[in-house]
Parts: sequence; C-alpha cells; structure tokens
Amino acid sequence: MTDKLTAKDFTTSEEVRWCPGCGDFAILKAVTAALADVGARPETTAFVSGIGCAARLPYYLETYGFHTIHGRAPAIATGLKLANPDLDVWVVTGDGDGLSIGGNHLMHALRRNIGIKILLFNNEIYGLTKGQFSPTSRTGTTSPSSPSGSLDTPISPGQFALGSGARFYARAIDIDKTGMGSVLQQAHAFRGTSFIEILQNCIVYNDKVFAEITARESAAQTQLHVRHGEPLLFGNNRDKGIRFNARSFTLDVVDATRSNDDILVHDEGNAVIARLLIDMRMPVALGVIYRQPAQSYEDAFYAHHPSRMQRTKSVTDFIKGPNTWTVK
Amino acid sequence: MSKNKDVTSIVVRLAGDSGDGIQLMGSQFAAVTALSGSDFATFPDYPAEIRAPAGTTFGVSAYQINLGSDTITTAGDAPDVLVAFNPAALKVSLSLLGEGALIIINSDSFTARNLTKAGYDADPREDNTLDGYQVASADISRLNLEAVKSFGLSKSEGGRCKNFWALGLLLWMFDRKLDAIVTWVSRHLADQPTLRDANIKALHAGHAYGETAELSASLPQVHIKPADMPAGQYRSITGAEALALGIAAAGELADRQVMFCSYPITPASPLLHRLTRLAEVGVGTFQAEDEIASICAAIGASYGGMIGVTSSSGPGIALKTEAMGLAVTAELPLVIIDWQRGGPSTGLPTKTEQSDLYQAVYGRNADTPLPVLAAATSADCFTMAIEAVRIALRHMTPVILLADGYLSNAAEPWRIPDVSSLLPIDHNAAPSPQQSDDIQRLAFSRDSASFGRPWITPGMPGLMYRVGGLEKDFATGNISYEPANHARMTEMRAAKVRAVADWIPDQAVELGPKSGELVVVGWGSTYGPIYQAARKTGVGFVHLRYLNPLPSNLGDLLQRYGKILVPEMNNGQLSTLLRDRLGLEPISYTKVSGQPFLIAELVERIQAVLKGGIS
Repeated sequence: MTDKLTAKDFTTSEEVRWCPGCGDFAILKAVTAALADVGARPETTAFVSGIGCAARLPYYLETYGFHTIHGRAPAIATGLKLANPDLDVWVVTGDGDGLSIGGNHLMHALRRNIGIKILLFNNEIYGLTKGQFSPTSRTGTTSPSSPSGSLDTPISPGQFALGSGARFYARAIDIDKTGMGSVLQQAHAFRGTSFIEILQNCIVYNDKVFAEITARESAAQTQLHVRHGEPLLFGNNRDKGIRFNARSFTLDVVDATRSNDDILVHDEGNAVIARLLIDMRMPVALGVIYRQPAQSYEDAFYAHHPSRMQRTKSVTDFIKGPNTWTVK
Repeated sequence: MSKNKDVTSIVVRLAGDSGDGIQLMGSQFAAVTALSGSDFATFPDYPAEIRAPAGTTFGVSAYQINLGSDTITTAGDAPDVLVAFNPAALKVSLSLLGEGALIIINSDSFTARNLTKAGYDADPREDNTLDGYQVASADISRLNLEAVKSFGLSKSEGGRCKNFWALGLLLWMFDRKLDAIVTWVSRHLADQPTLRDANIKALHAGHAYGETAELSASLPQVHIKPADMPAGQYRSITGAEALALGIAAAGELADRQVMFCSYPITPASPLLHRLTRLAEVGVGTFQAEDEIASICAAIGASYGGMIGVTSSSGPGIALKTEAMGLAVTAELPLVIIDWQRGGPSTGLPTKTEQSDLYQAVYGRNADTPLPVLAAATSADCFTMAIEAVRIALRHMTPVILLADGYLSNAAEPWRIPDVSSLLPIDHNAAPSPQQSDDIQRLAFSRDSASFGRPWITPGMPGLMYRVGGLEKDFATGNISYEPANHARMTEMRAAKVRAVADWIPDQAVELGPKSGELVVVGWGSTYGPIYQAARKTGVGFVHLRYLNPLPSNLGDLLQRYGKILVPEMNNGQLSTLLRDRLGLEPISYTKVSGQPFLIAELVERIQAVLKGGIS
C-alpha cells in the first residue's frame, strides 16, 4: 500500500473536456504531479468542486471526486472534512464560483481555518457561460454582458483572503510548473485552510490577459518568486530588489547591484507586507505570500467533543430529562 | 368556577410582558403538572420581539396549558383561568376566555400609564368589561417586593421574582407541592445565591398568600385526579426535545455518527440548542454561515459517511432547495427538518402554520421528488425523526420531515421508550472491491427494491469514484447527456420515492368508524384538535404521517367514507395533494391566523358538513 505512486496513478481514463490550449491542462498536470510528490493516497484524497470550467477537474483525478453546485464547494468540503478529518480535502473553484456566487462560503471557510486546500483558478472571466465579465475582470472589460465595458471594480482574491482571516495565501501561474508544484506541496502540508490563486489563461474568452506577466522571455522581469527568509530579488541577474518605504508605506523597486542592505527579506508571517505584495502590479509576487498557522477548525471541533465524536453514551442516558414520573 | 372543585380538565393561560418571565413560569407550572400525573398540553405564544416595549399589546407573551385527568391533546380552546400581569395582557387575552372564567389580575400594574399603553380608555376593572367573569385582584408586584425585601435586591431585580410569586399562588390553587420548583431554582441559580433565595422566597410567599389571604374568598382550589395513562415511566417533552433525541437515537440505531448543520432561525433554533448537548451520543453540531452552507455541509458530511441533518423554517428551506436537488441526483442520504411558520417571506416567525407542504412535495427545479414525512405531536417528533433517517439510509435520498412552530415549543407527557428495543437502521453497505471491478459501476449499482446505491465514502480503499450534479449515466455515474439516459434516470428517481411506500405502514384510522358518512383527514400538528373534535362528533379520523409517497392503501381507505374533510393551517395544500395523487375531492377547511385550530371550530365545521350545509 505504501508503494510510491506516480502522477499517472492519479489520472482517470475520462476524456478531458477543456478547450484545446486551456490553462487548466497545465494545472491538472501540476496537481497530479504534486499528489505523487507529496505521497498522497487516492483513497484518502477528495476533490470537491463547484461549477465552471475549473470544476470539471475532479472527473479527471483518480481520487474521490464530488462535482457539486455553484459556489458551494467550500461548504460541502467543510462538512466532509468534519466528518472525516483524516482526509485530504481539496476544493476546486474559479473567480466566478469562488468570489461571486460562492463568496460567502469562501470567506467563512477562510476565517474558520478548516483543513481544506482551495485552488482558485482565476482567469478574470466567466468561461462556461461564454465570456461574461467576472468579479476579477478589470474595469472596462468588454464582454457579451458588458459590450461597452464593465463598470465593476475588480476584487483582489488575495486581499479578499487576508481580509477574511486566511492563514495561507499563495499565488501561482498555470504554466509555471516549478512555482505551482512548490505552492501545491506547501498548501498540502498546511494544517488549516490553504488558499491558492492560480493565474489561469482562458484561451477562448480572455486570451493573454496575464501575458504581460507570464511571457517566458520577460518572466524574470515581471515575476517575483517569494521565499520565506530570502531577500525579495528579481530581474535577469537578480539585479532588482524590493524595498519597504516606511514613509509612504509602499514597496519600491530598487537597484540591487549596489547594496543588498535595504532589500526586504520575505517574512511570510507579516500580514502588512503580504498585503503590499498582493497589490504589487509589477513585478507580480508569486509563491507563498502569507502563512500564519493556527489551530485548524477540525482540530478545535474534535478537541471540543470530549469523545472526539465517538458515541460514548447511549440516548438512553439522556432520554429521561430532568424530571420523570411513573404511571402504574 | 366554584370553590374547591374536582375537575377533569382545566385550561390556564398566563400572560404578561415579554420581560415578565411568563414562559419560564409556564414551563415550571407544566413540570409540576406533569409530576402530579395529569395529562396536559402546552402552547407558548410569544411575540417575535425579544423585549417589545413594556406594557404594549404586541409585547404580550403568553403561555397556555390544558391539564386534566381526561385525555388531553390540545392546549385548550378557551382558558378557564387567566393570570394577567398587566392591562395589555388582559386586553389581548379577554376575547379568548371561556364563559365565567377566573381572571387573576396583578392590580398594581393597572396604572393610568399602563392602561393607556394597552389602549384602554377606562379601567376595565371599573366598567362592565369584566362582567360575567370572576375577578381576583392582588397587588402582585408590591406583595412580591415586600417578600424579597430582606435580600437587598434592586427594585428591578426584586421585581423579576414576581413570576415565581404568581407561580406560588397558582400552585396553591392547584394543590401542588413546591419541591420540584425549589429544586429547579436551586440548580439553575446555584451560582447566584441571593437571587436563588429571593425567588424561592417569592414562590413560598405567593403560596402562603393563597392559603391565608382575604383573596381566597374568590379563589377556588382545584383538584385534578391523575390521568388514566398506560403504565410506564413518563417525562414532559417538547417537539424540539423529542426531535433531538430522535435524531440521536437514529444515529445509535444506524451505528453512525450524526452531523447536524444549521443556521439559526425561528422556530427551528431550539433543535440546534438541544443537539449541542448530545455530543456523547455521537452527534456533532455545526453552525454554518447561512442556510445554503448548512445543507451543503450536511451533504458533505453524508458524503463523508456521517448522517447529515439540517433544519430550518420555511424561508430557510427555500434557500436550501438547490442543494436538495444535488443530494437527490448524487443519491446521498440527508434529513431536512422544516419547522414551519406563517409566511410568505419573513411572515410570522413565532406563529405556527403548516404551509410548506407544497414546498416540501413540489418545491424544487426539475423532476426532483423526495420523501416527505410529518410529525403529529411533540412526542411523535421522536418517532418520525428515526423514520426519516431510516428512509434516507435505505433509499439513499434526502428526506424532508415537516414539523412546525407549535410542535417545537409545545410540551406534553411522553412515555419514555426503550431505545434498545427499537429496530436497528440498515444502510446500503459499501462492497468489497475486486481488482477487475469498474468502480464507477459499483458505486451506482442500486438495490432492485429500494433503488439505494452503496454508501461508499472517501477514505475507503479501492473504491474511489466520481459523482456530481450533472446528469449521470444510469450504470456508470459518469456524465451523460444521452436523451434516453436522462429519461431513464428521471424515472429511476421517481420510482425510488414511490418505492418508499413498500416499507411504510398501511394508513390506519386513528379514531372512529372505519367507514361512514365523514372522515376528517389531518397531518402535522393539527392532530390534537382534530382528535378531540372527532371524538366529540364520532366521525372517522385519519392522520397522515407520510405525505410523499402517501400510504398505498390511503385511496381505498378514504373512499369508504361519504365525505372527506381536510382541516389544515394553510390555504388548502393537503386537499390539493389528495386531489392530485388520489383523484379525491375533499372538502377543505383552512385556518391561517397563525393560531392552532380550536376544537370548537372543528366540531362546528364537522357538524355543518354532516348536515349537508358545506360540500
């Protein structure tokens, strides 16, 4: 039973039904690889999804899978995790599923710190309903439901998460195998709610929306891969760094070739810096941006039950209530 | 009412401000009544506001109890005794009272200001308002404060003991002992010794007042013999208590843990409160962020191998509807309890109604049938909760159990059942997988009689399968948009609910002749008043506990009567169901006042139907 499984062992024979070229393929591949790498067992792994393109993922994974209803996956996953805390429970959602119709459940899962791993595929558009603007679409996005540009201000998944009390927030790019693998493994190891925002390209309705960041040739200039305890450096020769400007309370890009003294060292437990990193537009911060462990909800739940939910008494012990009388 | 009377039943109503402690006083009076061996039924009738403005009519909180040596099934039509703590309480209760009723008035609350707040132009004690009633007045507020003076409490703290003073007086009137109340107060106020002693003092003072005071000239003592009830050990129980115990018992009978997920709503919350105390019986409780999350978490728990249960009232049930469809299509067990209240929308949160029958039977998108049950009395909530879990696990389906606001709070005596003698609850056990098995097929191989599929749960080795809300292939459970398959799945889901009728008991006639001129058909909490009305008029009485599917013999049974009268606290929903399912033409009699039926109005209607005046 403990033989090492490969990514292939986590793949089903179901035909994958995403559009050719969709970023979801890369994510699926990274997920199966990560499951193998962390030594996950198919029988104790469950993927719960809501509705949308992303939500099809469970059908393609040789684990337990539950494709549920729009926006509710975090609530269903919460019940599942409470029923069996030994499971690895993953939630697959999108920007519409997780932040529009299911925003409430996402918020409460995050604040409870229930032991589920939430993958939010952010493509800044509604794919499955054919291209309407989503809650993460940039203002002015033209779409079938906003022909002259959307009016809404987009929500920041990272700010939403931290504002909700999330204790693990990471960001990754669909085609960045290394970066994604790393955050998936760290999310898996986190005891509590881990929340990963994946910048995912929708080739049909929002193609190249992240191209400026994801293009391989300029990636070194546009991506800042953060690691706890390491200086925030990027650039072709790691020649640029991030400095905290204490007067303006902002992050500034500085030349790192002269002196490294004032380059910020990543402290993933610092929520203030995490919020600044989340908002940084160029470069874009990737990796585990915030991690601040605390007791998970299921641990608290079971600690609260003196018998750890086991039946130590019979209903017979409670059925009499405070007062009884006998009729002869 | 004359002095020192032996009676077979008597109705007492306590009424005061919502801050006067009326509900506590009532439930303590009921507890003592129970211990004395009387049969009884209670009806707490309180406002939606937590502390409505003092002295107003809409802030009146009342507690009605019918007690006697006779069979009691309702809280009584017309109170024989009213304890009115203020003018507003008198004003809202007066029209309900029986002829010649005794009114005990807290006279020092009848100030000019309180009279105005209650909408009285003149003091009703001084004009002819109370003609025909017996009135006994006492300065309850003042007498109580005098009794507790030595404890050094503030005026408002001391004043809060007056419900116990009045309870003492009432218990004297009914010739009851005070010990049980003293024990209760001692336990509940153990960490507040001054308040504890003050309340006990007030209780004794009220009792002594009845014994000695000049008041006794107009205050009779009432003697009630113990009721003739089957031998056994009894307790007093409300619907919320019985349902909580029923759910816990079902978990024990099924040898599975229960996960109860809910969101607070009136009048469903008492069930959540009760279940939090049953952790040691393997019941987990989860207060979710909203109604949708609560049913979804319950579904997740069922998917994970526990018995998922959720509960709400009408508006919350509406929010849970989409998720019910998921449980139907994913073929997962789930119990949904609906404590009905007056609607639509927010409606009458604290008033009772049975108007969610359509919602329960018909209220989902697409063809999404599920079994629907209804509890008849507070004690029956125990039995029907077990039944709901049994059906959910046998057929792998969500089940709706209908109760209502009246049942949630109403108390009655309950002969305590022997849980170990109840039938164990079976489920569709997961198979042992062979190497060659197609697990998707295994997961959806249904029992040929119940249509239940194996309850395979994450964590089981070698049985990983996928399921979802998209239409599934009949055999493999994989996504299928194939036209014939959808037709087959739709029929399978309908057949599954029809199959429930093969297990449930045949419909019996509750009372009266097995055939004849008229049968009264009821469901839910109208059991009590219909029972009494049928008893008085000698007509047949059939009470439904299974509403979807209906018992197989129901059509034949009802056709043995000339006419069918269906009284219900809605606009005629069971009548529609009987027309729809059985092609019957019942006579509908509806009441939508937020108040339970009176026996008298049912008797009157039955007699009118018998005379041929109504058809």
